[in-house]
Amino acid sequence: MRPMAQVAMVMNLDKCIGCHTCSVTCKQTWTNRPGTEYVYFNNVETKPGVGYPKRYEDQQQWKGGWTLDRKGRLQLRAGGRLRRLLSIFWNPDLPSIDDYGDPWTYDYQTLLAAPLGTYTPSAHSISALTGRDMRVQWGSNWDDDLAGGPDHAAADPDLAGLADQVKLAFEQVFMFYLPRICEHCLNPSCVASCPSGAMYKRDEDGIVLVDQDRCRGWRFCVSGCPYKKVYFNHRTGKAEKCTLCYPRIEAGQPTICSETCVGRLRYLGVFLYDADAVLPAAATADPQELYQAQLSVFLDPDDPAVAAEAARHGIPDDWIDAARRSPVYALAVRHRVALPLHPEYRTMPMVWYVPPLSPVADVVSAAGYDENDPDQVFAAIDALRIPAEYLANLFTAGAVEPVQQVLRKLAAVRSMMRSHQLGQPWDAGLAAAVGASPADLADLFRLLAIAKYSERYVIPLAHEEDAGSLAAQHEQLFSQCSLDGEGGPGMGGQGPPSSVASFHPGTQAAGQTFRDAGGQVRFNLLGWDGSGDAPHLFPEGGTP
Amino acid sequence: MITTWTYFWWVILPYVAMAIFVIGHIWRWRYDRFGWTSYSTELQERRWLKWGSPLFHYGTFAAIAGHVIGILVPKRWIDAIGIPEHPYHLFAAAAGLLAAALVIAGMVILAARRLFSPRVRATTSPVDWVALILLGISVVLGIVTTAINAPLAHEYRDTISEWFRGLFAGTPDVAVALRAPAIFQIHAIVAWVLFLLWPFTRLVHAWSYPLWYLWRPYVVYRSRRPVRPAEPGTSGRRWRRIGVPY
Repeated sequence: MRPMAQVAMVMNLDKCIGCHTCSVTCKQTWTNRPGTEYVYFNNVETKPGVGYPKRYEDQQQWKGGWTLDRKGRLQLRAGGRLRRLLSIFWNPDLPSIDDYGDPWTYDYQTLLAAPLGTYTPSAHSISALTGRDMRVQWGSNWDDDLAGGPDHAAADPDLAGLADQVKLAFEQVFMFYLPRICEHCLNPSCVASCPSGAMYKRDEDGIVLVDQDRCRGWRFCVSGCPYKKVYFNHRTGKAEKCTLCYPRIEAGQPTICSETCVGRLRYLGVFLYDADAVLPAAATADPQELYQAQLSVFLDPDDPAVAAEAARHGIPDDWIDAARRSPVYALAVRHRVALPLHPEYRTMPMVWYVPPLSPVADVVSAAGYDENDPDQVFAAIDALRIPAEYLANLFTAGAVEPVQQVLRKLAAVRSMMRSHQLGQPWDAGLAAAVGASPADLADLFRLLAIAKYSERYVIPLAHEEDAGSLAAQHEQLFSQCSLDGEGGPGMGGQGPPSSVASFHPGTQAAGQTFRDAGGQVRFNLLGWDGSGDAPHLFPEGGTP
Repeated sequence: MITTWTYFWWVILPYVAMAIFVIGHIWRWRYDRFGWTSYSTELQERRWLKWGSPLFHYGTFAAIAGHVIGILVPKRWIDAIGIPEHPYHLFAAAAGLLAAALVIAGMVILAARRLFSPRVRATTSPVDWVALILLGISVVLGIVTTAINAPLAHEYRDTISEWFRGLFAGTPDVAVALRAPAIFQIHAIVAWVLFLLWPFTRLVHAWSYPLWYLWRPYVVYRSRRPVRPAEPGTSGRRWRRIGVPY
């Protein structure tokens, strides 16, 4: 046993209203730069829908993630190492920008500067790639809320095998939202695909990052990731990806997408897992057993033997304690209501989802069942093939039983709390029927419905007492942080200034002088435009 | 005739180019590792790249191999293993023309997409234009040299090659270099200018071909523990197998 810690996320899909606040704040924080116009570290997709980029879940086409070779060993779906090196000059599996959508902007100046006239001025779309006028044909969330549903949603790879029933389901408008970030997998295929060794998984918290100084733009991480959550910055020629807001996580704060989520549907916490068990679990032969295999790698932090072993492997005590209080562990392992996204990619994804009960309940009502009668709901959940099978294609490689168990448990929580609120008698046998105690259901209610800030986010502080000072010293000695460079993700890069005129040195008269350490007033020569007076440029006569 | 300019082209320029080549790379590595990338445009345009890029790069590998055999390997070594001049020349001309065909086909496709695909053209910086045009001139001159020399059969291993190896021995013989046909001389001089500019262009990505990927562990782990980071320009193991202590 080799315990390691992983910071993971759970999203409660029942609460997602598809408002895209997470995407917007994420974009403002990380990817509001030239070169990353089309990059969404966090995006929200309508399901059923084609996703971003188009049909990214179809690994027959994109060859992301892992597969098993004939001898049952894990192998990257795109092929072996040599094959990758030989196709380095043209990656056959890379999506093109048109699969994401040509990023565009508008010439707002034509609106603002339009003279008074008869016609309303209009701003046409301009490609962010070329600066030329363009006709917008596709973009992120083009099919939001099932827009163009019959045309686009039918292309959803998760609808495989459900095609004939889907048309029926559309008439009942079965739909939900799926917010997606990088999965920070335990067995990341992007890291394995990177020929440069620029991508790495952090020992302490399992966050997967791209070393911008080592990336050489070979692009295999983009095609290797089955979730297509590594993007290519077309301005800097380097790969970028969701960082799980590691500067915030290190400080014990939730990611920006979690912090700003209006539905408060995200949970962040620590898993302890056995690193030795990851690869055998990922090599489980039957894809439908991968969900169970993935659960088996987690270690119970309440087990004293686990805690002792974790401490022996250098996991700090406060991290072990955080693992005990982890909402992520509670939802995914203890209560088994959170499921991984596409475990069949064999990357051991670490962003988990509580499948949505509401659309199911809607369909139940539409089908004439009484949602308030839990027995009826249970029967309906079992009877409703389409949503359950669809969810199973998303979360359990098509195994319907685990999805139905989660939905039953969620229905039981609602039923119990309804009876409790209304003072009605409640059949405790219902709890037993879903394999839980009433206390478990109450705990779930508190976690999912009350969802206190302090219980949603249990993030231990990073231990960088020494690392920080060393890194700072290193940067001072040798270089500036390369992330702050031109076009870099450190917010320093805003591209070249549009014109020289936008840069006015020395136009501010105030602040041209300053008082130095010795108390003497001096002239700020750096900010001087060369015209006008230069007071205090030379030391005044006499003593300072 | 040997003049002062002869020494400039055949001694000073090569040594200046070599010095700038070495120092430039050290400088680039220390100060601009963030800019050290292939600047791939496959995201923007992949249909033409599919043919142009592999043709050009693999053709270039063949051309580089040909240069190594023809320039770096002394003629007496080839003689020693019993390959006479005529078969050698036939092979060099045939393989050289094949490589030239691959390179020129790739380059035409790549140049066309860079010029006529607006998305690719928009990514091209001024230094890219300089580097790519210079590379293009160098390649075209090399191909013309190969084509002219196929019937001409000038024994460059006695002229240009001797002079080139002499540069590294510190005894460049400008007289032998001048015995080569003019097209050889122009090709060599343009190549030196290319080497001079190399460290400051995207061509540096050539040194990053990730051969060691073949025997690296698949998943790379890195720690934030207080390990003094490797100083720039120094090597040092930057990855390790999971579970292996420092």
